[in-house]
Amino acid sequence: MSYLPYAVAAWLFLVGLYGVISSRNLVHLIICVGVIQSSSYVLLLAIGYRTGAAAPIFVDIPVGTPAVDPVVQALMLTDVVVEVTVVALLLALAIQVHKRHGTLNPDELRKLKG
Amino acid sequence: MRLLPVLPVVVPLITAAALAVLTKLLPRAWSALIAIASTIATAAAAALLLRDSLQQPIVYWFGNWKPNGRMALGISFAIDPIGAGLATFAAVLTAAALVFGSKYFDSVENHFHALILCFLGAMCGFSLTGDMFNLFVFFELMSAAAFALCAYKTEDPGALQGALNFAVTNTIGAYFVLTGIGLLYARTGALNMAQMSEALASHPADKLVLVAFAFISCGYLVKAAVVPFHFWLADAHAVAPSPVCVLFSGVMVEMGLYAVARIYWAVFNQTLHADIASLRILVVSIGAATAVLAAIMCFSQRNLKRLLAFSTISHVGLMTIGVGLFTAGGLAGAAIYTLGHGLVKGGLFLAAGMLLHRFSTVDELDLHGRGRSEKWAGFVFFAGAIGLAGLPPSGVSAGDDLIHEAARAIGYHWVRWISFFAAIITSAAVLRAACRVFFGWGPRREEQPGGAPKTQESRETDRSQQRTPMTMIAPAVALVVAGMFLNFTPRLKRIATQSATEFQNSEAYSARVLRAAPKRTPTAPAPAPENPLFGISAFACAALGAACYLFSKSFRSTSRWITRPLSVLHGLHSGHVGDYVAFLTFGIAAFGLVCVLCLR
Repeated sequence: MSYLPYAVAAWLFLVGLYGVISSRNLVHLIICVGVIQSSSYVLLLAIGYRTGAAAPIFVDIPVGTPAVDPVVQALMLTDVVVEVTVVALLLALAIQVHKRHGTLNPDELRKLKG
Repeated sequence: MRLLPVLPVVVPLITAAALAVLTKLLPRAWSALIAIASTIATAAAAALLLRDSLQQPIVYWFGNWKPNGRMALGISFAIDPIGAGLATFAAVLTAAALVFGSKYFDSVENHFHALILCFLGAMCGFSLTGDMFNLFVFFELMSAAAFALCAYKTEDPGALQGALNFAVTNTIGAYFVLTGIGLLYARTGALNMAQMSEALASHPADKLVLVAFAFISCGYLVKAAVVPFHFWLADAHAVAPSPVCVLFSGVMVEMGLYAVARIYWAVFNQTLHADIASLRILVVSIGAATAVLAAIMCFSQRNLKRLLAFSTISHVGLMTIGVGLFTAGGLAGAAIYTLGHGLVKGGLFLAAGMLLHRFSTVDELDLHGRGRSEKWAGFVFFAGAIGLAGLPPSGVSAGDDLIHEAARAIGYHWVRWISFFAAIITSAAVLRAACRVFFGWGPRREEQPGGAPKTQESRETDRSQQRTPMTMIAPAVALVVAGMFLNFTPRLKRIATQSATEFQNSEAYSARVLRAAPKRTPTAPAPAPENPLFGISAFACAALGAACYLFSKSFRSTSRWITRPLSVLHGLHSGHVGDYVAFLTFGIAAFGLVCVLCLR
């Protein structure tokens, strides 16, 4: 098991954070939130991975065959559902922001200050 | 009732689904009634759980997948009095918010009720669960419902920006939590908190565990809005509909702190216990910084809802100190403080909602002297100022007292001064605003520097009405009066201290969840009698401060010298989501660094 997937997860998280902080467009910003979320998929799957093991479907494999960890896969699926909800909600907000503010640039949203 | 433990989650969620489906068919009054009835049923179920868990903490396994003593495959609810109490409190506040909301929005749609009920169900699940991942899922459900509720006024540009800031920062916080959970799962192979705790206890904490601890705590602290994660809260509260603010301020924010306390005591205590002194310094100083900074910001606001929001942050800072003392007294104090503060602040937000309903603005200067006709809102504001200062027998005073006592026992005498300062400033801010709005005291807009119209609040109601209906007055008055006299509840402090002692007994928690071991009766020392002088002097100073500000021109101009550096502080609250996330990242990095360097 190499360290590569963990490095990828960390990199995705950081690059997503950088994107959110520096973004000039709300849609881009929201996709960056999605990138952060993808980092958690990679992390979870990497945690459960075992080299040479089968998929965790215990129907037609002999008892005792090593399988990858099904728990993290279930977590990841739940995570996907959560992500879809939040990103859909955020995108809906972005559409509404565009209607009301006439811009998608967070630098130009100046309704709340101080 | 074998199924009682799941009712506080299932009842509101099912009702929410039904209301969402029937949204076109049901008349509005019916849907409001159904929502209120369902909330009251939830409150009753949670209260029964609270009563039962005071006798004996409850562990409920879904689908009866019980653990075999070491390993838990199923998902559990591990219910103790603090969790059940929080769920009950959430349901009570929700009921008040729904009653207030029933005549509040002219164009309220049934999906408002569905969202509120989703929010309630998630909060109940959050406070009852014993599973780490379950905690995250309820956290996200709670957040998603909260984002939607915050942006409920989709026509209002401010509401959209506030909801966006709220949603992005909190989602990123949640993903820090999930990453932390992933790391912990990799180490322990468990998701049940009790099992995680036992797996961690066998090794000393290494860097991985510390990083996981930092990620999870900081993720939940984003919800708890401590400095430097607090930026979203003021924006979200300033724009969310007033009945929703009651829930945000009264319980949602405190849920974040509850989660930090829960994961520390249920999971990390056995492995991090040796470092508790350093951890204490870290968390208490975060709380102190939050309390002071937010109190200063609070006094310099003129939008009433924003003012109340900063006051909430300041009080959350004090609760953070209570939790961060890592003693039973501190936690019990924070729990009572949550009740006392939530009731009073809920009443205040509802009163602000009444003003918004009548006058379509919550700008303090716009409202100058116009509130004379709103006697009840005035009553709530003055009573709220008294309650926030911690005048006995308010809940805040009882909580303050326990926290001070606990801090003194550890040698943190200065905590008293921090909380004295926060109480004075936040109470003075509310008093100042109330005197200006309801008595017309103090300078008018023209005489106030920088008094030009600034904020435009979109109305939450379609037509301004001549009269404030009883359904708005009653919940606000009931909440604030309950908060003011909370300390008359018999044996409140003793019960809280006992529950907190039990909450912090990690070995007993694991044994109870994994092996159904009977509860050991904890013995809590009888709390010391209260010192009423603290609250009285805090309130007197607050009244003095507010009077000086309103009547003395020279005081105002001197205070401007103090507040000039404040413009830097105000500049930081830029309303720019990127800035907020930058602060969040910095805060988590700093917290993690301190954890890794100083612990172990």
